[in-house]
Amino acid sequence: MISYIIRRLLIAIPTILILIVASFFLIHFAPGGPFTSERPLPPQVLANIEARYGLDQPLWKQLWDYLTNIVLHFDFGPSFKFKDRDVNDIIAQGFPISLTYGSLAFIAASVVGIVLGVVAAIRHNSWIDYAAVSMGIGAQALPNFIMGPILILVFTLWLGWLPGGGWNGGQWQYLIMPVIALSTSYMGNIARLTRSSMLEVLNSNFIRTARAKGLPTRSVIWRHAMKPMLLPVVSYLGPVFVYVLTGSVFVDLYFSTGGLGQAYVGSALSRDYAVLLGVTILYGSLTVVVNLITDLAYAWFDPKIRY
Amino acid sequence: MVFGSSQRAAAVADDVTDAIPVRGRSLLKDAQIRFVQNKAAMASVFVLGLIILFVVIGPLFAQWSNEEIDWDRMGDIAREGAPSLANGHFFGLDELGRDLYARVIQATRTSLLVGLVGAATALIIGTAYGLVAGYVGGRVDSAMMRFVDILLAIPLTLIIILLLVIAGRSFFMLFVSLGAVGWLTMSRIVRAQTLSLKTREFIEAARAAGVSEVKIMLRHILPNLIGVVIVYSSLLVPEMILAESFISFLGLGISEPYTSLGKLISEGAGTMAYGTTWQLLIPLSFYVAIIITMFFIGDGLRDALDPKDR
Repeated sequence: MISYIIRRLLIAIPTILILIVASFFLIHFAPGGPFTSERPLPPQVLANIEARYGLDQPLWKQLWDYLTNIVLHFDFGPSFKFKDRDVNDIIAQGFPISLTYGSLAFIAASVVGIVLGVVAAIRHNSWIDYAAVSMGIGAQALPNFIMGPILILVFTLWLGWLPGGGWNGGQWQYLIMPVIALSTSYMGNIARLTRSSMLEVLNSNFIRTARAKGLPTRSVIWRHAMKPMLLPVVSYLGPVFVYVLTGSVFVDLYFSTGGLGQAYVGSALSRDYAVLLGVTILYGSLTVVVNLITDLAYAWFDPKIRY
Repeated sequence: MVFGSSQRAAAVADDVTDAIPVRGRSLLKDAQIRFVQNKAAMASVFVLGLIILFVVIGPLFAQWSNEEIDWDRMGDIAREGAPSLANGHFFGLDELGRDLYARVIQATRTSLLVGLVGAATALIIGTAYGLVAGYVGGRVDSAMMRFVDILLAIPLTLIIILLLVIAGRSFFMLFVSLGAVGWLTMSRIVRAQTLSLKTREFIEAARAAGVSEVKIMLRHILPNLIGVVIVYSSLLVPEMILAESFISFLGLGISEPYTSLGKLISEGAGTMAYGTTWQLLIPLSFYVAIIITMFFIGDGLRDALDPKDR
């Protein structure tokens, strides 16, 4: 197991490095820089600004400085647009917000989804099953950028129950709609995945044996069916966690929560490459780490997996 | 005496020539029967057919073009721009005073097109890549799959946004970037399937008979991949429509005067506070209807083509 973890780590590190280098070059070869504007700056001024941010150096030197700064000081450099802030500040401000409602949405989606799926599978072909399946498919068709305006329309404009946006330190009124909007479609996916996985497990031989020797249904489901049933679900939960964090772009735009998604889109549109690069690397590394954890969890759940 | 002219022989010969051969059922025919029996899938095909019909013949009933601005009513859209049969704006006006009916038709057409083209691009690239990786195997396989793993590690929406920011916005770039992110999972599925197929007896037989490697890939392995590939691409179509809406919503997708459902939804969401909720709800219903029917059709196809995986 330990050698497996080490091997996976050894793959994860070069993956992150390649990710950084690839994004770096992609962004640097993009036409138009952060300082190109409609009124072109005098060449001397432009040269001065570029010298200040190190943009006059050869590309390999820039990349080297960037990498060493990240590795040694965990410093992603200054923002090109905001003169008094650097990328670390922007990430430190937005990421906790994204993480808060992202984690809540993740928990909501997995708990509700798994419960719905399990109940549907246990009551296979009953009206509960059909209702759960329809809900699952309906929820799948409602990704966060559809749910956002629907929620605002219903709860803010028609009913007037909840504030339409803002963060306010994460008070619950401000959290409800972002969390629901973000979790709905994943909840649908998880519910359907759980249902089909549970059905497959319930039809397998070892469950028939457990029933045949007279175990009560409750213990058949909890003790025998639960763990194998969760296998495919767990492998899906890892990506969902990443989606929930990176998908926060819409939630940030609709509900003005001020998370990282807002910084990302803003920097992409204003060509603030430093921020764009920093957030891309953060999201990418997060994906790699979460995938690693998922694989380890998978190995723990399934004894058949060889390291 | 003519050989074999006995009465019995003649009777047997009659029997043999009269016997109607039992028609064999191919796998696809079997799948078709199962699909037709699936009520949810058939209902979805019907609804999707209605939507396509609406896109095709809807423009004949339009009283306004999608670029025309109704100057008389644009001053007070919240009150006078609501959907109405009397003034020819069946779905009302959009924020700039353009006819929403014509624009919804245009948007639905774009979104369906994006879904199909995006899924087709992903299908072609993914199948070719996975087929080569799986069939060639060895070092080539691990190198190719490592590359896919790295790309999969980057959040897909970020890749799309990066590509569109860097290469500029156009229809072509949109299809390219959607295809560029869609093929990854497809290639993994195809590779796994190829790996299990290439050790089967009929491939060995083909090789023993001297069929060239390329021909084995194209004539013997590719046809056997079709089931898996069809199922996955039918699930890709709604995903592509979702991704396009996502990009258009950010303002990076299709640009004016073209429009897509995602764009109309985002415009509608921007103005819903002014009492013009139809601008949001009409494109939204079309969108949700398309996605839901696509999901049901994809499910139906999976059940039909892969009966053991129910």
